[in-house]
Amino acid sequence: MSSESIALSLVGRDTRPIGEKLHDWIVTVDHKKLGILYIVYSLIFLVIGGIEATIMRIQLIAPHNHFVSPQVFNRLFTMHGTTMIFFVAMPILFGFGTYLIPLMIGTRDMAFPRLNALSFWMTALGGLLLNFSFIGGNGLYGAGNAPDVGWFAYAPLTSRAFSPGHSTDYWTLALIVSGIGSMGTAVNFVATILCMRCPGMTLGKMPLLAWLNLVTGWMVILAVSPLTAAQLMLCVDRYLGGHFFDSQAGGSAVLWMHFFWIFGHPEVYILIIPCFAFVSEIVPVFSRKPIFGYPVMVAATVAIGFVSFSVWAHHMFAIGMNSYANTFFTLSTMAVGIPTGIKIFNWLATMWGGKIQFKAPMLFCIGFLFQFLIAGLTGIMLSAAPFNWQLTNSYFVVAHFHYVIVGGILFAIFGAFYYWLPKMTGRMYSETLAKWHFWLFVIGFHLTFDFMHIPGLLGMPRRIYTYEPGRGWDTWNFIVTIGVFFQIAGVLVFVANLLWTLLKGDPAGNDPWDAWTLEWSTPSPPPDYNFAKIPIIRSRRPLWDLKHPEDPDWKYE
Amino acid sequence: MTRIQASVTAKGWTVKNRCLLSKVAGVTVLLVGFFLAATLCFGAPTSPPNIPNIFKPQSTYAYSIYRLSVLVLAVCAIIFVVVFSLLAYCVVKFRTRGGDDGREPPQVYGSDQIELAWTVIPVLIVLVLFLATARVIHSVQDAPEPPGAIHVTATGHQFWWEYRYPELGIVTANELHVPVSNPSHPTPTLITLLSADTDHSFWVPRLGGKTDLIPNRVNHTGFDPEETGLFLGQCGQYCGTQHAKMLLRVYVDSQGQFEKWVEEEKKPASTGNVAEEGRSLFQTTACMNCHAVSGTVADGHFGPDLTHLMSRDTIAAGAAPNTHENLRAWIQNPDSIKPGSLMPAMKLNDHDLDAITAYLETLR
Amino acid sequence: MSTAAVVRSSPGQEWVLPSRGRVGMLSLIAAEAAIFTIFVVAYLFYIGKSATGPTPRDVLEVPIFISICLLSSSLTIHLAVRALRDARVKEFGLWWFVTMTLAAIFLIGTGLEWHRMIFEKGLTVSTNLFGTTYYSLVGLHAFHVTFGLFVIALVMIFTFWGKVKPEHSERVDVFSLYWHFVDVVWVIVFTVVYVIGR
Repeated sequence: MSSESIALSLVGRDTRPIGEKLHDWIVTVDHKKLGILYIVYSLIFLVIGGIEATIMRIQLIAPHNHFVSPQVFNRLFTMHGTTMIFFVAMPILFGFGTYLIPLMIGTRDMAFPRLNALSFWMTALGGLLLNFSFIGGNGLYGAGNAPDVGWFAYAPLTSRAFSPGHSTDYWTLALIVSGIGSMGTAVNFVATILCMRCPGMTLGKMPLLAWLNLVTGWMVILAVSPLTAAQLMLCVDRYLGGHFFDSQAGGSAVLWMHFFWIFGHPEVYILIIPCFAFVSEIVPVFSRKPIFGYPVMVAATVAIGFVSFSVWAHHMFAIGMNSYANTFFTLSTMAVGIPTGIKIFNWLATMWGGKIQFKAPMLFCIGFLFQFLIAGLTGIMLSAAPFNWQLTNSYFVVAHFHYVIVGGILFAIFGAFYYWLPKMTGRMYSETLAKWHFWLFVIGFHLTFDFMHIPGLLGMPRRIYTYEPGRGWDTWNFIVTIGVFFQIAGVLVFVANLLWTLLKGDPAGNDPWDAWTLEWSTPSPPPDYNFAKIPIIRSRRPLWDLKHPEDPDWKYE
Repeated sequence: MTRIQASVTAKGWTVKNRCLLSKVAGVTVLLVGFFLAATLCFGAPTSPPNIPNIFKPQSTYAYSIYRLSVLVLAVCAIIFVVVFSLLAYCVVKFRTRGGDDGREPPQVYGSDQIELAWTVIPVLIVLVLFLATARVIHSVQDAPEPPGAIHVTATGHQFWWEYRYPELGIVTANELHVPVSNPSHPTPTLITLLSADTDHSFWVPRLGGKTDLIPNRVNHTGFDPEETGLFLGQCGQYCGTQHAKMLLRVYVDSQGQFEKWVEEEKKPASTGNVAEEGRSLFQTTACMNCHAVSGTVADGHFGPDLTHLMSRDTIAAGAAPNTHENLRAWIQNPDSIKPGSLMPAMKLNDHDLDAITAYLETLR
Repeated sequence: MSTAAVVRSSPGQEWVLPSRGRVGMLSLIAAEAAIFTIFVVAYLFYIGKSATGPTPRDVLEVPIFISICLLSSSLTIHLAVRALRDARVKEFGLWWFVTMTLAAIFLIGTGLEWHRMIFEKGLTVSTNLFGTTYYSLVGLHAFHVTFGLFVIALVMIFTFWGKVKPEHSERVDVFSLYWHFVDVVWVIVFTVVYVIGR
């Protein structure tokens, strides 16, 4: 790799007036700024979604509680789910991808910078539209308020007959708008990764983050479209008197379920695969070894991508499908666990024989491995259809998917934050605050989500604003709610750490972690043009080659 | 191609890693706590009344689900123990010690044999689990119907359960009575599931898995409980505002008790001159638009059948015990017990309210 | 606009990657294909399930002429693109104009067809399941044709202004992928609605 790829650093500090700087951010098409916009946007919605969850948990701390009314509770769980999936998880992962992909593949920007900007603003508009519903006016019977149909909005509850007013429309339209944004980002990911890699970076030599975001891009393209189609159909029903999901006219509630889950299942893999990417970048660096089995990791991810489109009806085991359908979906769901498990083994093997450093990014990744293992196993439990007939729609499922989303995805995101924050801001975070964040959050997470499995096993369904005493659920719900406060504390420490980093962090330098991928060869933060000269690479770890010229990677793989 | 060099391994615990110790301790505490808690739910002898515990099955279907679930749990537990031990060992053994020389460890890129091994083993595990599961799916869903089964048609409404026994000519609501089933000649209760409005789900955990009630679709479930008692459950599919209080109460009666119950239910409402005023109000102030009382002109189907209201332990689909105060409060303002239920407050004055309550209390 | 990055990393080696425009358009087509698939599945699922109202047999007339027009427009757009690539700008303009006309005929024909179905046969989107699925599916396709026609018209205007040059042939080619997709979708919609569903 050429030694001339040391980029020219930005000269001095930015002393332009604040209005000009703000304008810069609003009209930017620079992938780095857009990435940061996505991330900041998601953090705001993380707080909003977290508040919604906290209110719900306070309501559920004891049976027959009166903290909020059933109507408000039903809106809260709908908004919490929709917000967290579409306006926290997806944007934050798109944000990291947008920021990192061009830097990691050695190019100056995404394939379509203006589409990039459009995608962000569409997503942002969607989130604002959804949350506007809270104040959008009450309407008849309070029906003009936030949607209360659940984040998967089963028909016919969403029909005009059962959801009068505009609450469901906010849900539908907000997601159609942000869906367009998601598709734009996905097209950008695919085109950038396929068409803009630096010389020498064949598909077999690009970082795993690039591969995994490529698979994610393809999955978004194929999975979000069915949701958009179903929502358009819902709009036809609600606005034009159509009958797609109108049971009175022969329409089928089950058809909505199929369409939704054809989106919904790949969606959760769309959320987790970028997190696999983070872990695949962080674990090697903090174990001081290359990722174990790169080709297998790629193959496993592609396999997951394909198979995940064949498992959707495991969300529908209780709707009365025949035994052949139930059997098929049990098989496909168990099958998708195999490549997923292989990836866990590969990460373990990466750590094995290494020299593990317990910095914050690695702590969160180890947490990820532990929790994702458990989440995967409860997933296998859920994949057995008869067992599922008991567990589905209960708090066991809620515990399972929060284990994946909070214990897996959010932990990986925290790890990614700590890993790449020095690059994005040029400043080092506080390791002490980060460790406080980690431990507070781990304790809170386990208090809440470990014990949440138990009421599910004892018959407590989900989406209930209160529950009966004397069914053995009381103590567990109490403990679950207590855990929430530890998590809040952890997140507050995290926010404090972010601020501390920006205000008082030490300069981080180009490469604080002694890492091996191209983004660490640029200054922190990188200049607008990323690389003064487009790099030419020969292996998967270009900086390892530079740092170890006597023993470069390209001699071995 | 892999490259493995002889590596220098550190000997034993050179530096106490406080962070690491507390991590391992914390995790152990949590795991022990989890398993302890899990054990508690496997049926502590003096548990509070009526826990709908899926691990205490009381019918053939629930029992076969239970057996499968134990197998699946055992396999998952083993996998967890193995992988977690590897993770814990790895994190302890390969951590960077103080005084480390800063050299990079051997750079291992992969190993085809290892990848093959940990692909084949999961495939075998999946095969075993899948075959076990497929057997149970088939045995539950494709089981032939034994003679002597009791047939019930359950229709889900927002937010109550309608039960019809077509062969016995009974219509009731919210509290389901079924006969106990003798294993030597079983008399299971087979339920046809319909919905009048949105999606619901019939879930009584100790009697079986849940099955949804979906408009425009006919589903089936059933159970053959071998012990008498009251089994609790509730609607398992979000159906609107009062989904939380669409409770299920299944009374498994002895054969004698069940026959007696059927006899009572078949009778029309008690006639006579009791509560005349209340009855007349009931039939003229819109109550009968939604409710039916057999043997009278009241024939509404939007709300529960009230012919034998007083034979039920609860009102409003289990939301409140069937007492005079609750009944009166419910009629006065349903939202006081179940806010968002579809029964409107009829704005009756106290006199009419008392009269109607008195009338309903004659419906035994 | 350069379509491929070519850098010599070592003597005799070229670094060629696919063109972004092409990959982007193919990705968009994949997404749209997924959307259409869902509408087609809904259409197929609901065949024969309408509770009331006119059936397809009562109402549908097979639109042979406009289908031929639309499918021919795929040929004419291909000829146009080839002409532009070979720097025959006038010929490009001619074939492009024919394409635009054929697309317009298709849309007008569809509009007339719908007018007849709504006002003579009484089939609207809210009449029954057939009405809902028919107008949604055919309407979604017509929407895509309209959007394509809009872009074609724009390019037509630029051509009249003399702004379209041979170096734009790659971009026009990428657009033509979209147009071919719209035609393929029509083949599928036609088969499902007028052949299978009748």
